Amino acid sequence: MAKRIDVSGLTAYYGAHKAIEDISMTVEPRSVTAFIGPSGCGKSTFLRTLNRMHEVTPGGRVEGKVLLDSEDLYGAGVDPVAVRREVGMVFQRPNPFPTMSIFDNVAAGLRLNGGYKKSELADVVEKSLRGANLWNEVKDRLNKPGAGLSGGQQQRLCIARAIAVEPKVLLMDEPCSALDPISTLAIEDLMGKLKEQFTIVIVTHNMQQAARVSDRTAFFNLAGVGQPGRLIELDDTERIFSNPSVQATEDYISGRFG
Amino acid sequence: MSTAAIAEKRPSSLRGASLPKWSPYAIALGSLALAVLIGTLGGLHSRVQWGLIAALLFILGTYGVSARVEGRRQAKDRVATSLVWVAFLLAVVPLVSLVWTTVQRGVKVLDVYFLTHSMGVVADTEPGGGIYHAIIGSLEQVGLATLIGAPIGVLTAIYLVEYGRGRLAQAVTFFVDVMTGIPSIVAGLFILSLMLIFKMQPFGFAGSLALAILMMPVVVRSTEEMLKLVPNELREASLALGVPKWRTILKVVLPTSIGGITTGIVLSIARIAGETAPVLLLVFGNPFINTNPFEGAQSSLPLYIYQQYANSVGSGAAYDRAWAASLTLIAFVMILNLGARGIARWKAPR
Repeated sequence: MAKRIDVSGLTAYYGAHKAIEDISMTVEPRSVTAFIGPSGCGKSTFLRTLNRMHEVTPGGRVEGKVLLDSEDLYGAGVDPVAVRREVGMVFQRPNPFPTMSIFDNVAAGLRLNGGYKKSELADVVEKSLRGANLWNEVKDRLNKPGAGLSGGQQQRLCIARAIAVEPKVLLMDEPCSALDPISTLAIEDLMGKLKEQFTIVIVTHNMQQAARVSDRTAFFNLAGVGQPGRLIELDDTERIFSNPSVQATEDYISGRFG
Repeated sequence: MSTAAIAEKRPSSLRGASLPKWSPYAIALGSLALAVLIGTLGGLHSRVQWGLIAALLFILGTYGVSARVEGRRQAKDRVATSLVWVAFLLAVVPLVSLVWTTVQRGVKVLDVYFLTHSMGVVADTEPGGGIYHAIIGSLEQVGLATLIGAPIGVLTAIYLVEYGRGRLAQAVTFFVDVMTGIPSIVAGLFILSLMLIFKMQPFGFAGSLALAILMMPVVVRSTEEMLKLVPNELREASLALGVPKWRTILKVVLPTSIGGITTGIVLSIARIAGETAPVLLLVFGNPFINTNPFEGAQSSLPLYIYQQYANSVGSGAAYDRAWAASLTLIAFVMILNLGARGIARWKAPR
């Protein structure tokens, strides 16, 4: 079910501004890959190019190739909507749909895409909520609005919503930065469970988190303000945090950055 | 020596002298009494003058008393508060006065008979008759105008917020701004010129078209603002689920903002329900009941009010009917507003 991502020579722009330049990497299936790096180095931009959300921003465009199991996401005739069904995304701030109940939020992806039977819907919702470790907390109030949950629960609701459409890859853009340590722990545990099924890519500012949850870690950096961000190195998480091959990585993770 | 003992001996730097809570009312009463005194002694007959003098005395008095007791900063604070209150009262007085006058004069002939009969066999100078034909006309014309204006307005706003980039969007925004400023009589003349080209007689739907022109820019503007309030994160969340853009707009963006959009539409309906000029030009007025908006002259509430008042010289009956129709119109608009508030509260994201 999980798919491999092969990126080669990827450059992304916001209008005339080059945000990231010439990034090539491979994201292994059934593993967690963490992106770390200073603010503005293009981690989030790069993440958003992986499911064509980058081009939703006015002026956003991309050059290069992103292969999802050897199929180019930016090839001619590729439908971005179809890409996003394969590559799901969880955002920095929990964003449940305010007009929908907990049930409807999880079912949203299926309902809005159509072609689902009502009887199946309840099963999918339960399975997704169980998958997101949220079922026991909300099973008695599925018809209550999703916005009434706590921040950590909302974020897990968003994860449940993302996995309900059964994507192959799950992108997470700083999913814990708005959460307390206990909710963070819940989501980190969840990632360990989800990586058995999905390819997970996570952007994080928390290096301990990257060290805890990820199998491989990529370090991004930028040469200066206004310069495009680049991939500095990608390696097994253990090596990155113990014996990185580039000096800049070691400076960054040991706090001697700048 | 304990610290508490020291604190007691020293005067607190945090707590200054302050006026008692009832002081604003006392100052208000005092300045009112003084204003009445000045008014009677000075031989001023207008109650408005008395009120203005009282307001002035109140502000000056507040500043004087407060500055002496509490200090200048608190005095300024109190003056700002009293200015806000005075402005509020100045705004409310005409409103209350208008509603009061309309109710007082309107209830004279307003009854079920008045609401269910037309002016068909009643001369304008005679008592009797009613506004049934005008209510029918108003409902049909405004209803048809809403059916045309609201969808076009909402769709335009969706285009501007969700899709519009570059020249075309700029041009649309510009023309919507221009349309907001079109005087209603000009919208009426525009439709009239078309009617003259095709040699048509006045009919209700022509009025609807002019009203729709007046309504559209208001709907566009209010809907635009409401759509801009929808957080971008919701759009992205939906798009990231693999939902096409049009479904995202239909199922996520619109439901989130539906309360505000409805309020905007209802307010614009309230605005066109009171339009007289285009109706006068295009629908002409008709004392008989005409339920077909596509053929023959009709009446409408504002037009009825205007025509009754214009014919009220030497006839108390027409005068009373004009006020009763005004009361009906105000009630209609008020019910619409209450309905809009209800919908907005019901549909608001929880």
